[in-house]
Parts: sequence; structure tokens; C-alpha cells
Amino acid sequence: MSARMDRTFWIWLGLILYILACVFLSRDIDWLKSYPEALVLPVAPVMNNGMVALVDSFGSVFRAISWAMTWPFTWIQQLFHWLPWPVTMALVAIVAHAAQGYRLVIFALISMSYMLITGYWYQSMNSLTLVAISVPLAILVGFGFGVWGFYSKRAERVMMPTLDLLQTVPAFAYLIPILLLFGFGPVVGVIASLLFSFPPMVRNTVLGLRGVSAVVIESGLMSGATRAQLFWQVRLPSAQRQILLGVNQATMASLSMVIVASIIGGTDDIGWEVLSTMRKALFGESLLAGIVIALIAMLMDRITWGLAIRESEYNNEEPPTWRQRHRHWIVAGVAFVALFSLSAIVPALHKYPEAWQYNPAQYLNDAINYIIINYREVIETIKTVSFFYLMLPTRIGLEQTVSPYTWGFEMTAAFTFGYVALFIGLMGAAFHYISSRAAIAVALFGTIYYFGLTNIPWLAMTVVFIFLGWRLGGWKLALGTSLGLAFLLLTGSWEVAVLSLYMCGLAVIVSFVLGGAIGIWAAHNDRVSAIVRPINDTLQTMPLFVLLIPVVMLFKIGEFTALIAIVAYAIVPAVRYVEHGLRDLPEDVIEAATAMGCTGRQLLFQVKLPLALPIIMLGLNQTIMYAIAMLVIAALVGTNDLGQQVYIGLGDGDFGVGMIAGFGMAIIAMIADRMTQGWSKGKRQELGIS
Amino acid sequence: MIQETSSNEFDKGDVKLSCRDVWKVYGATPDKYFTNRSGRVDDPVGLAEQIRSDGHIVAACDVSFDVHVGEIFVIMGLSGSGKSTVVRSLSRLVEPTAGEVILDDRNLLEASKKELIDIRRHKMGMVFQSFGLLPHLTVMENIAFPLKLQGVSLKERQEKAQQVIELVGLEGRESSHPSQLSGGQQQRVGIARSLAVEPELWFLDEPFSALDPLIRRQMQDEFLRIQQMLHKSIVFITHDFMEALRIADRMAIMRDGVIVQIGTPDELVLHPADSYVAEFTSDVPWIRVLTAADIAEQPSGPVGGLPSVDGDTTLEDLLSVVCGSDDGVVIKSPANGDTIGVVTQKGLIEALAKGVEAQHVDASASKL
Ligand SMILES: Nc1ncnc2c1ncn2[C@@H]1O[C@H](COP(=O)(O)OP(=O)(O)O)[C@@H](O)[C@H]1O
Ligand SMILES: [Mg+2]
Repeated sequence: MSARMDRTFWIWLGLILYILACVFLSRDIDWLKSYPEALVLPVAPVMNNGMVALVDSFGSVFRAISWAMTWPFTWIQQLFHWLPWPVTMALVAIVAHAAQGYRLVIFALISMSYMLITGYWYQSMNSLTLVAISVPLAILVGFGFGVWGFYSKRAERVMMPTLDLLQTVPAFAYLIPILLLFGFGPVVGVIASLLFSFPPMVRNTVLGLRGVSAVVIESGLMSGATRAQLFWQVRLPSAQRQILLGVNQATMASLSMVIVASIIGGTDDIGWEVLSTMRKALFGESLLAGIVIALIAMLMDRITWGLAIRESEYNNEEPPTWRQRHRHWIVAGVAFVALFSLSAIVPALHKYPEAWQYNPAQYLNDAINYIIINYREVIETIKTVSFFYLMLPTRIGLEQTVSPYTWGFEMTAAFTFGYVALFIGLMGAAFHYISSRAAIAVALFGTIYYFGLTNIPWLAMTVVFIFLGWRLGGWKLALGTSLGLAFLLLTGSWEVAVLSLYMCGLAVIVSFVLGGAIGIWAAHNDRVSAIVRPINDTLQTMPLFVLLIPVVMLFKIGEFTALIAIVAYAIVPAVRYVEHGLRDLPEDVIEAATAMGCTGRQLLFQVKLPLALPIIMLGLNQTIMYAIAMLVIAALVGTNDLGQQVYIGLGDGDFGVGMIAGFGMAIIAMIADRMTQGWSKGKRQELGIS
Repeated sequence: MIQETSSNEFDKGDVKLSCRDVWKVYGATPDKYFTNRSGRVDDPVGLAEQIRSDGHIVAACDVSFDVHVGEIFVIMGLSGSGKSTVVRSLSRLVEPTAGEVILDDRNLLEASKKELIDIRRHKMGMVFQSFGLLPHLTVMENIAFPLKLQGVSLKERQEKAQQVIELVGLEGRESSHPSQLSGGQQQRVGIARSLAVEPELWFLDEPFSALDPLIRRQMQDEFLRIQQMLHKSIVFITHDFMEALRIADRMAIMRDGVIVQIGTPDELVLHPADSYVAEFTSDVPWIRVLTAADIAEQPSGPVGGLPSVDGDTTLEDLLSVVCGSDDGVVIKSPANGDTIGVVTQKGLIEALAKGVEAQHVDASASKL
């Protein structure tokens, strides 16, 4: 590759000089160092006043809704607790069979046995009650909006960005207004989960209905369908699969929100079990309960996914008999009656006896303590090394980090000189061997690592981001970026937003480098791929909460723990997309390159990776989105960023503070999303892939 | 502009469907070019040019033709020439910008939504290139679907569907799903579905184009067999000139939204209207297209004792018969057995020579 010193290169170089100038000037000029207080608008108090007014005038309405919703909640909850456990198990097993056959039945039975034996059956049923109410609601609401969006372009234009916002504003932030409006109680969980889970349903409904091929519609019309017949008998059945995938996504979103919502307490559910034990440092209990959540999530995912994609099972020539078609219903009916009667006679089959429970939390705790004590050295080393050599410099800069206590020596002019020389050398190498872009990236990294992200003045950072927006997405994205950044500045969220950027950026880089390496490996080695895939599946279906448990267990709370938790989650799309991108290349190009005599390394770096770049870019996009989603959850274990602000807002019932921080995160997420998508699009056009 | 070369207008019966001056313009403001809905303009070609220069797409330009009762009318043209647009205009799957579509003395373009649904339910059937089957329904359910929409009872629609299933030879596959069938079988389902309501008009938009050549040939034969039993009035779309020749009673050739020529296959082969049509006809082994009736002469003497053949025998098949009869062969009308004329060995050779010449002259003349 030949590097050219084009115009972009010089502009970037200019920008880096501008950043340096700003950094040096900011040492004397206060308003450059931090955004002046005087220019911050009192948005939070205004929002709070608005909220108070809303609660004053319409509070009774919301509370009435809340009250009305407690009834179905109570009924379903009582139903779930009243059903004898063998009956519930049998019914779930039958649904699992209908969805995916016997393997899933075995998984379902093992999972439910685990809940019974560890004694989390009761809490699990409480969580499932919330899901059981919010999912049907989400499906109805989502389907309704989806159909509306399908028929009305204008409705769709308003709906889609709103859904974007609903899905990017962190879950905790939702809880604040809901709490204030609807008051404490299980209804908060239901409503939060409804709000979070209906957007995927809308999207999939629109997508499914749009995807019905024109010729199917035409054949419906030529069969003489009226508008209503066309919808119910042609469009809807043809879009069924996509819509059912929407149900799958809505269910998973609902479950994860139900778990998150347990943070407000009040219901004795499985999320609360995890959280409360974690707070008491009872990691064994926490882990055991966390496994329940993971099992429920996987089970629900497999079942709803299986029901969505299942093919007609009758591949034989014979038409299925009535018995064949209804066999699941028949078995369910028989099992229900039989087991129900049996449980009336045998009490142990009605309520699982405590004597049969076995909770190995104590042993787990011992094991964990053993690990922590015996491997303290290793754990501490990992922690300090990452902290002093990676996290701290990125945040506050080498300049302030290097000291005898941390790096073992004083910061000297000679060190700085060496550092500058090293980076200029690296830049030259990057320029020579890779590209001018790589050289710029090295220079930017060198600058940030030396001064620290938090020491880059706001005036420098905003300019860089707006320029990036313009390069990647034209003036529209530049404008959007400016507005977003203005929101952060005007609401006084800048400093915490930079901390979020720091956490998120670092996590994304680590996830992407690590995940990319694993992805490349998996793309070339089927065995690695086979090992990595189920791990990824599990990580992805797991409600984010659960990921915190093992990390906190090992590393206690703190910024490093948060980073690891974020990486654990954000690494999934990095691995996935890199592997997929590399495996999914056009066969003929690879063959041509091999025929030309490419070595394995040349093939990878000069053919495969460049070709897979657009898909890898999408992976980067997803990595960023995952990191931001996890950022808020990670605030629970100690960060100082926007996520923490949301959490504080939730704790104090401070709508303004929480919501502003929530929007702030949404803004960061959306800007990052548009930028990476713009980049990916540009690359795709270069490669001529549409 | 349309060159109606037909000397003896198709005489099987009355006009069933008449497409008159139909226009379809895609773009931002298609309506502004037409002051009245009739589509009759003085200079269609000039208007089309003007519309195109404004950045609109003229998919159908002043298209007129008649379909007679029981006739197979084929529209042939390269892809993008506007065939699908025209056939969809006939059922208003595409709303024509201007023109008239007269079905049994009524202008379809003035029918209300409700009337239109009724007409589609009872009078029209359509077959699509990519089948358009509903994936969630079985073969039987797909075929009975139009009847179900009409509210026909389950028993009755199963009976009717069973009849067409047998007609297209799909017995035994009733409870399969479309995804379990081959392309040819899927199209049989499409054909059966379009026939389930016993329509008078049958539209087929490139029904066999997605199939392998061998299957295509077989399906064409079956199509002709079905038509011999049912006598529908048919508009059949194809981009395959040979298919058109095999199937058509009369055919139209389209280019860029315009019908360039309408006529029987013989007429098109013998007298292509311009170089565009000649491009198609020049490769045609036309001794397979011309028939004995086309070259029959008045007998010069008594014809008793000579062998006789039907008038629709192709020259190719005629060759061997004429070879074996030095005094010529009697040509009889396939309809009533009357004598049309005779073909002698000399006459046949002359006709072959002249035909080849004529084709070359026609083609080169129109290229000038
Ligand atoms: N919905 C549409 N919008 C714009 N242009 C169209 C549309 N449908 C067809 N066309 C254009 O009209 C012309 C004729 O198309 P079509 O009738 O499908 O041709 P054919 O069936 O002969 O291949 C083509 O140029 C096509 O691009
Ligand atoms: Mg077409």
C-alpha cells in the first residue's frame, strides 16, 4: 500500500497541532480548560419542575393505571405459584418440544430442575410473571405500531427515530419517570419492560410486511382479495416468520429489562436475588441465582426462536392426521390432568419440599475465597498493570501518571523527549508500511496517551468530532454531531460524558483487538469456531446484569472491574463479525490470490481483511453499541461517568439529572452509530458492494 | 404506426377484450401529459419522446389490440419492453395512465374497487413468472385460495380444486407445501390456481421463463392441451420468440413500450414490419412455420387419386409426402375437409426458394 499525503492528511495534521495548542493554552486560560459554568443552562431543574407539574395534574391517572395493572399481575402471579411444579415443568417441556424437539426438552428439564433444587423456583416465577404480562402487551402494541408504520410512510418517519431513542436511552433512565409517575410496585417493571421490548416488535413487523414479495401480493389481488383479506390472508402469513422473530427479540428485551428493573426492589424476584446478594458480597448465592437468569434467558430464546423458524414438519407425502397436527395439545392436556391429579394426592408434587433442596452457595463461597486468596498476587498484578499503564494514562495522561510510585521513576524532560521521538518514529513507520490514515491514528493516540482524554479541552474535542462527522457522513452528520455535543455542553454533562467516552472507547479498543484476534483465529480453525460460538451465544442472550457477578467476584468493585465487564459483553460482536466477514468471502477471489502465490499471511492481510472490511466495520459498530449498553450496567460496580449519573438520578428520584445523563448516553451512542455506519458505507462503495 | 399485416382477421369469434390506446407513464407527474383519459393522441411517438425527455418512463405507449373469444394472443418482446406493464394494465394491477380496457362492452378502467374485485374473482385468472404461491398454504389450499376469498364452502372448493389439480396433473401432491415442489410443479399449482374460478380471461406473464428448457417444452404442450379443452381467451407474455410461434394464434411484438407489429406467426415470419422484428424472424427455421395452406395453388388438372394432407401441415412435414407423389398433393381444410388446392414438387421448391428470398429481401429492405 502506498501512503499519499493528500489533503485529508494535512487537515488531520493541522487538527492535531490545534489540539496541542489548545492543551498548552488551556493551562493558563480557564474557560478553555473546562466549559464555563456560566454557559450551562439549568435544564435539570426545569425538567424536574415539569415532572412535578405532570405528577400533580395527572398523577391520579397514572396511579389508576398502576392500580388497574396490579390485578392481572396478581392473578398471573398466583396462577404461577398455584400450578404444581410438575405441571409447569411438563407444559414448558411440551412447548420446548414443539419448538425444537427433544434436545431442548432435556435442556428445559435440567434448567427447571436446577431452579427447584437450588430453591429459586419462587423468585423465578415472580420474574416470569412480569415477563408474561409485558410480552403480550409489547407484542400487541408493537404489532399495532408496526402495521401503522407499514401503511403510513409518514408515521414510519416519526416512529423509527423515536424507537432508536427508546432503545438507546439506557434502561435505568426509563425507570425514573416511571417510578415518579406510577409509584413503586411491580407495575414499574411491567411498564419499563413494555417500553423497552415493543420497539423490536415494531421493526420486525414493518420489515416483515415490507418483505412480502410483489408477486405474492399480485397473486392475492388477482385471486380477488379485498384490502382486509389481502392483509390477513396474504401479507400477514407471508411475513409471519419475521414477525415471530420480533416476538423472540421482544421477549429477550423484556426479560433483560425485568431483571434490570428489579434494582428498584419491591418484588422478590430473581434479579433482586442477584443484586441483593451481590451487594452483601455473597458471591456464591449471587452466582447461583445468576445462573438461573442465564438459564431462563437461554430457554426463552431457544423456545421463541424455534417457534419462529420452525418448518412444516410434515415432509412426507401423506397429509398429517388430526392426531398428528394436534399431538402437542393432546399431550399437554393429558399431562396436565394426570400430573395435576397426582399432585393433589402427593403433597411433594404440589409444592417442592424444602428437604429436597440443595444450595451449594457455601461451598462456592469457599471456593471463591480460596481462589481470591491464593491468586491474589496474579489478580492484583493484572489490576495494577492495566490500571497504571492503560487506564490511568488514557484518562489523565502520562504526564500526571508517571511517578516513582506508579511507573518507578519521575517524569523528566528526557522521558518526554524520548516519548515524542518514539511516536514520531512510529508515525513514520505507519506512514511507510500502512497508510497515511494509520499515521494519523498513531499521532492521535500518542497525543491522548500523553495528555489524557480528560485534559483535552472541550473546544479541541468538539472540533475533532464535528470534523469526523463531516468526513464520515457529510454535513448532515456534522450538524447532528454539533447539536449532540451542544446538548452535552449546555446541560453541563461534558465532563462526565468525557469519562463515558473514555470508558467506552477503551473497552471498545480492547474488545475489538482481542475479539478481532479471536475472530481471525476462529475463521481459520473450525475447532476454535465450534468452541467460541456457544460461548458467544450464551454471552449474548444473558441479561447484562449476570455478567457483573464473576467479574466483581474476582476484582472487587472499581473502574477496572467495570472495564472487564464491558469487554466481556462487547467482545461478542467483534468476534462474530470478524469471523463471519472472513468466512463469507467470494471463493473465486481467494482462489485467484492463492493461485498468484499468496502466503497465508499475505492472503489474510492483503486480500481477506480488506475485502471483509465492511462487515468488520459493522462489527465495530455493534461492539460500540454493546459497550454503551453495558456501560450503564457497569455503573453499578463503580464508574464516574454518565452511567453513574443515571444511577444517581434513579437513587435520588431526580428525574432531570437521570434523564439528561440518559439522553447524553443516547447521544453518544447515536453519533458513534452514524459515524461507523457512514464509514462502513463509504468502504462498501469503494469495494463496489451494495 | 402499428402495422396490422393480418389479411384474414382472426375469425374464431367475437372480441372478448379490447385494449385501446393504453399508456403507462412512471414518474413524478404522469397525468399532466393527458388532457383526456381516452389516451387517443395525434402523435403518440412524439408525445412519448417528450415525456421521456422530461425524465419520466414510458412503459406502455399507445398500446392497442383485441383478444378474441378462445384466442391465444401472445405479446413478445425483450425484457423491459413493457410486456408486464401491459398485461397488468388489463387487470389494473397496474393502473394505466390513460386509455381504455373494454371487457364485454364495459370500460374496466372506470370500474369501482368493488366491481374490480368482483371481475377479478369471476372473470380473470393470472399466472406469474415467479409463481407467487403462498408459502404457508398447501398445494390444495393454494389452489382453493381464490375460492376461499369468495366465501365458497370448504367442501365445494375442495371439489373444484380437485378438478383443476387433475387437469394439471398434480394428483397426490395436494398436501405438499410449495417449497417441497420443483419449479415445474410449482407453476402447475400457479396454473391450477388461476383456473380454479373458471375465468373467461386467462393472463400468463412469462409463465415458463423460470423453467429449464426441457420442462418448458413439456409445459407448453400441456398448456396447449388444456387450452384445447377449455377455450379461454388468453393473453400470454413471453420473451422467447420460438415459444410465441408455437403457442400463438396471433401475436404482438413490443419494443420500448410500443407494439411494433401484430399478426399471425406466419405473417410475422414472412413479412416482418421492420428490422427489429426481422432480427427475431431471421433465425426462425421457417419451413417449420409456413403451412401447406400458405403455398397451395389452384389445381391444373384432375386431382383424383392424389394423396391429401391437412392445410396446417408445416412445409417440413410436407416435404416427404410431396417427394413420394410426382403429380402433387391435395391440400384439405383442417376444419371441414374441403379441398383448398394442390402443392406440386415444383411449387414446393419454388415456394422454398421464394420464401427464403422474400425473408431476406424484407429484412434488408427494412434495414435501409
Ligand atoms: N414501478 C415502476 N416504476 C418505474 N418504472 C417501472 C416500474 N415498473 C416497470 N417500470 C419500467 O417500465 C419498463 C417496462 O417494464 P416491464 O413492463 O416490467 O417490462 P417487461 O415485462 O417487458 O420486462 C421498464 O423500463 C421498467 O424499468
Ligand atoms: Mg416482465
